[in-house]
Amino acid sequence: MPDMRRISVRVNGKDYDREVETRLTLVDFLRHELRLTGTHVGCEHGVCGACTVLVDGISVRSCLMLAVQANGKSLETVEGLAPDARSLNPLQTAFWENHGLQCGFCTPGVLMTLTEHLRAHPDSTEAEIRDVLSGNICRCTGYEGIVAAALQAARLMRGEAAQPRGHA
Amino acid sequence: MTVAKAFGASVRRKEDPTLLRGAGRYVDDIHLPGMLEAAFVRSPHPHARINGIDVSAARAAPGVHAVLTYADLPDGMREPLEMLQPNPSIQQPFMPHILAKDEVLYTGETVAVVVADSRYRAEDAAALVVVDYEPLPAVADCLKAIEPDAPLTHADGTSNIAARMTLQAGDSDAAFLGAADIYKRRLSLHRGGAFFMECRGVVADWNEVLQTLTVHVATQAPHRLQRALLGLLGFRDNQVRVVAPDIGGGFGPKGPVYSEYIAVCAAAMQLGRPVKWIEDRRENFVATNQERDQSWDMEIAVDAQARILGVRGRLVHDAGAYIPWGVVLPWISAATVPGPYVVPSYKIDIVVALTNKIATTPVRGAGRPQGVLVMERLMDLVARERGLDPAEVRLRNMIRPEQMPYKVGITFRDGRPVTYDSGDYPACQRRALEIAGYGDFPERQAQARRNGRYLGLGISNAVEATGLGPYEGATVRVLTNGKIAVYLGASTQGQSHKTTLAQIAADHFGVDIADVEVTTGDTGMISQGMGTFGARIAVTGGNSVHMAAGEVAGKIKALAAQMLDLPESDLVLRGGRVEVAGLSSEASAKGNISGLGKSLREIAVKSIGQTGFAMPAGSTPGLESTAYFMPEQSAYSNGTHVAEVEVDVETGQVELRRYVVVHDCGRVINPMVVEGQIVGGVAHAIGNALFEQLVYSDDGQPLTTNFGEYMLPLADDVPHIEVHHHETPTPLNPLGVKGAGEGGTIAGIAAVIGAVENALLPFGVRIDEAPITPQRIVALIKAAGGPAARAGYGG
Repeated sequence: MPDMRRISVRVNGKDYDREVETRLTLVDFLRHELRLTGTHVGCEHGVCGACTVLVDGISVRSCLMLAVQANGKSLETVEGLAPDARSLNPLQTAFWENHGLQCGFCTPGVLMTLTEHLRAHPDSTEAEIRDVLSGNICRCTGYEGIVAAALQAARLMRGEAAQPRGHA
Repeated sequence: MTVAKAFGASVRRKEDPTLLRGAGRYVDDIHLPGMLEAAFVRSPHPHARINGIDVSAARAAPGVHAVLTYADLPDGMREPLEMLQPNPSIQQPFMPHILAKDEVLYTGETVAVVVADSRYRAEDAAALVVVDYEPLPAVADCLKAIEPDAPLTHADGTSNIAARMTLQAGDSDAAFLGAADIYKRRLSLHRGGAFFMECRGVVADWNEVLQTLTVHVATQAPHRLQRALLGLLGFRDNQVRVVAPDIGGGFGPKGPVYSEYIAVCAAAMQLGRPVKWIEDRRENFVATNQERDQSWDMEIAVDAQARILGVRGRLVHDAGAYIPWGVVLPWISAATVPGPYVVPSYKIDIVVALTNKIATTPVRGAGRPQGVLVMERLMDLVARERGLDPAEVRLRNMIRPEQMPYKVGITFRDGRPVTYDSGDYPACQRRALEIAGYGDFPERQAQARRNGRYLGLGISNAVEATGLGPYEGATVRVLTNGKIAVYLGASTQGQSHKTTLAQIAADHFGVDIADVEVTTGDTGMISQGMGTFGARIAVTGGNSVHMAAGEVAGKIKALAAQMLDLPESDLVLRGGRVEVAGLSSEASAKGNISGLGKSLREIAVKSIGQTGFAMPAGSTPGLESTAYFMPEQSAYSNGTHVAEVEVDVETGQVELRRYVVVHDCGRVINPMVVEGQIVGGVAHAIGNALFEQLVYSDDGQPLTTNFGEYMLPLADDVPHIEVHHHETPTPLNPLGVKGAGEGGTIAGIAAVIGAVENALLPFGVRIDEAPITPQRIVALIKAAGGPAARAGYGG
């Protein structure tokens, strides 16, 4: 018999109670049990960063964490970023304006990594942004648009005017 | 209708808002009622005979619905898969079975498939399948494979040579006899992979009532898979529908028909329930096709002015265990070598070697990066031996714009002569060098050396066949809600087709791209399709959209003219309406001009007709048209890349200081999108040049099977890439466009490798391989006398 446990988690402000197998990874829980498929699985060994979510505000590789370990915690995923169904948040908008995505598969993880980072460090330099992004692999963009978008979002968060599509 | 407005503008992508919210629908996001999940049992041996398979324990495991081996496949599925492009030069046309029959040829080959109510349980049961393997000798290296005493990759093979052929132009023997100098180089390129972030995946859904199979699959070529399934199942065309959802990158290896897709379809049909298989990353390292292992022995003959008289040599291409793409890759490689240079005589003997590794099929660039690396290394060799400026040697040998169209003299794989249509190669090189500060580079390099730092600059020129035929069709339809629908058979994996094709269509109707919805990759929407590869969709699909939209716009005007009782010449499509453009005498005579016009919605409804009434004279039902633009030959893009690096001679680390691209892909539909494609391609090239290598043991066991062992370029490895456009419209298609998806990778590897060699000139080191890793750089410096050897150059 599979080893089952009951867990309670809050995801993007909504509470869920589920009985899960103890071996179930957090990303599979989000994707298959809660049907929040915005978080993607890219490598299942913690390198590519596509599955990055925030657990109590801290970025986590949800492929390396078990669902039971999230019991009692508050999670943020890509689905929780936009303020409503019709608009995007400033970081998402910056990605749109700076061609920060092509296939879009790595994007949710990249957005969550940057969300955590920019909350604490809206004054980041390009070098710092590139360092933080080195934990997320993108095969399409060469990171150019991602870096430009992050810098634009940072400027907006600091209250400065946006400068879309410019290289810093 | 002239193109304007949306065409040529860096409009924001239609794809993005959905993807940015995490609301995309990739294949693993598809969940069907009653769906089961599959896991594959794969060979742990590079080569072995299968003496028996015991699936009893697996079948009895909890939650298991089926375990299929070769013996369990339906009759039509027990033959090897069909080769995509047969060729008379192929002596041993080995192709894989859907599940291994009695021999496995590489580690990772599919042996059995387990279907269970979850992936977790399917993997549990897969571990219980007992396969009696008898290991056989194996060979991994393509040069060792063609030695006379090499172990046979296939037990029933006659040798490890799958094919041999020669590509030639002019009289190379005479050219080499009359040469002032002959220089030689042996180059080797290693395997990398596509490493799209979304692994492969498929959901097969069998409908017992309709007797139809719907396949949701992360493929670049839905119609190719549909045709394969129709053939295997003996079905009529509407019994198989292949739909590509959002796809997380393709880069080539999502194009082939893979065994897993067929096996999953077989399981779904047998069980009468939907079955999903999602490749995990470990599988991706051992089961998705790879590319670029090649070994070249080359020589170049030049005259006293360093002008090329001839290039000749031998290319050994590593096919892997099977040759699904026939001889396509080595042929493209060999045909790419002459590039933008006048090469009066040329001869390449091609040997296609079988090895016990995954099959090679195109990965971004498809054989071209190798050809470019060979020619650019030869150019640098000539410059170095003659003490000439490498840019000058290239310029002296370049095809001039007034020589266009230029016949290279060799035959492409379609049997037609390779003919470049347009381009200004010297201008691109001049501009790239100017932007990159080539003029003062020697001074900067000398200054750095005085400080014990080693800067290098590499130049690479490439010419790329794009927009491969035969066609990619498109249907354009004005819906009865007034919106424009575009259907394309090929699927999309990040190239922004839903935006760029909408830009092309929107201008014909005078609407915003928001009013154009592009659907890609669904065999249910258009009868014929080829797929996305070879930088072809802008050329083939783009021109098809242009033709079909033009036709529909014409129908709209004709019908509106009848409805309004005005001449067509008075009408213009604007903002989703047909309106009176200027007031002709006839229109003026009618008076009451204000508000005169018809919406696309009204015209679309009218175009359907009414029961019992004849259609308006000269019209056909519906505002729609399907066009198949069929290019007679490829449109040739080109570009110059200039890379500047600094090499740490103690650690071998290479830092990219600057990277400049001047690229010509004809008319640019969306500059932002084209730049994105080029920059992404350059990043891929940087990976291929410096980091990425799939390492195998001598007997074919893969040693790099995760992202810790196989290094992809990261955000702090890739510099800002400066992209500049040089627009030479091609005369070969109505839009004047050429492909842009692969150029960054094709030229990039040679630029980076050239820059590293240039930095290490003081040590006399030659770089004849890619990738060039820190370990290799340190080893090469040591072999050349060690860092101490720099002493003589210090001041």
